[in-house]
Amino acid sequence: MPPATADETSKAPRFLAAGDTAVVVEFGTVVDRAINRRVTSLGRALRAAEMAGIVDLVPTFRSLMVHYDPTVVRRAAIEDKVNALLPDLSDEATGGRLWRVPTLYGGEYGPDLADVAERTGMTPEKVVEIHSGGTYECYMMGFMPGLGYLGILPDELALPRRTEPRVRVPGGSVSIATNLTNIYTKESPGGWHLLGRTPIELFDLRRDEPILLNAGDSVQFYEIDEATYREMRARADEGDPVIEPQEIDQAGDGA
Amino acid sequence: MSGLRVVAAGFAPTIQDLGRPHVQHLGVPPSGALDPVALAIANAMVGNPPGAAALELRVMGPTLEVEADSARVALVGTVAALEVQGERGGPVDSNRSVRFGRGTKFRIGGLSDTGVAYLAVEGGIDVPEIYGSRATYTRSQIGGIEGRAVKDGDLLPLAQDSVGERSEMKCPSLDWARVSGPIRVVLGPQDDFFSDDSIAGLFAETYTCTREADRMGIRLDGPALTHVKGHDIVSDGIVTGAIQVPGNGMPILLLADHQTTGGYPKVGTVISADVPRLGRLRPGDEICFEQVSVEDAQAARAELEAARAKVIDRFERAGAWLDEAALYRENLVSGVVGPMD
Repeated sequence: MPPATADETSKAPRFLAAGDTAVVVEFGTVVDRAINRRVTSLGRALRAAEMAGIVDLVPTFRSLMVHYDPTVVRRAAIEDKVNALLPDLSDEATGGRLWRVPTLYGGEYGPDLADVAERTGMTPEKVVEIHSGGTYECYMMGFMPGLGYLGILPDELALPRRTEPRVRVPGGSVSIATNLTNIYTKESPGGWHLLGRTPIELFDLRRDEPILLNAGDSVQFYEIDEATYREMRARADEGDPVIEPQEIDQAGDGA
Repeated sequence: MSGLRVVAAGFAPTIQDLGRPHVQHLGVPPSGALDPVALAIANAMVGNPPGAAALELRVMGPTLEVEADSARVALVGTVAALEVQGERGGPVDSNRSVRFGRGTKFRIGGLSDTGVAYLAVEGGIDVPEIYGSRATYTRSQIGGIEGRAVKDGDLLPLAQDSVGERSEMKCPSLDWARVSGPIRVVLGPQDDFFSDDSIAGLFAETYTCTREADRMGIRLDGPALTHVKGHDIVSDGIVTGAIQVPGNGMPILLLADHQTTGGYPKVGTVISADVPRLGRLRPGDEICFEQVSVEDAQAARAELEAARAKVIDRFERAGAWLDEAALYRENLVSGVVGPMD
């Protein structure tokens, strides 16, 4: 990913039409922490404003998609509202929750750990140490329900996607690609490198809040052994979320 | 439990309502009816609010049996009839409501005139709500019955065991579903990723719907669009109706089950007034596009809402579902009451 220029992080956003039911507020065209924080900050501010006719606010790495009902609100009114909120947007990480995600690294649970170690010139232990040593921000949700794109991964671990994507990646897989890490919520095809697996369910329809993560949250991974994995997995099988988030609220409203 | 028993499912129908567009920020696709106008009309015919959960039919309808004291249904959006089985059976026109008693078995055949039609039931299909919607999203097993398409042997649960007698309703014309003319498109959000010639071509040429079509999208065949800034973007949001163009230059129309975000540039977006038309498309159908402004799109949407309300206002009373000719034939055969008495 090319680094963002100072110009890209400071300039006013572009408003792009996505038909008559959504407008894209684009802050940049690259993956960049400061740009993403402005996106998250705008998403929270607009959500807190409870503007009639707004159907949903979808933050991505570098833009906010505002879904609206054109029979209730006009795009011009949304642009006015966004423009009014711009001066107060933050480049800092505020609000959100911190999730500590237990992970069993390597072996059959993380079949790419040895390969990642070899390709990055490190021992598998060092890869685990670096991956579990970081605090990652959830830039955006997407690809499948409950899946968050987490970053930024330290440069030592940045690898392109696998040249041959797997047809079946198990649910719970903790993986990396480019400068991001994620957790596959359900089994799916996928091209990321699998370092380990978490026993928790990030998406479980039996819960009142089926999906745990949200954009703007933070995630840390910590290593567990196989016995702990099995014990936590048994609880997850019963519908227990197993982990609880820690509020890291400063100024945000946690929306 | 009261319900409609699925004797034969047909072509994998799904339970749909107006979807869950408010949780796309969690990565959950909106889902819901491909043709929300037909869904609303079907629901109105059986006295439901516009977004009650109904059965969305594609290609080939199911055979169902009433396992309730009575049920009122309406098949809307197609000319295909609803065929009541058995000795006293016969065809019931679509686009009207009909009340059936326990044990009535009826079949809906092939949909020859549309990609999608709806079978609404008075009171709605009573499956649990997920994020406020009963819509089925099969890829992640959300909504409907166990998150999957309806299959043989299922019971479509009904909230009520019987429905009152009242005049049945019919819709005098299907004109609302037979809109012709180009599909209207607002350029963007990534029209700057395509050559001017490509964009001119998009609005001048004809595209054909391929067989690669499902509730997520329809792959089109026609002149390829040329990317001028590569075919990868850093993922951004996706809206229903987006025209996404991957590396091969062939546009894909994204429908209700689209992913919430994606990394291919989107040259344009079908306006919300024309999104229901996309749901009705079938493989082999040819379509053209016309460029309009956001203001035009908003006006078109207001017109569509007004037209929908007018259709519902102008429902007519429908007679008994058995047509007279069939009654005469039956009576003549049985000789109980002759029509010439």
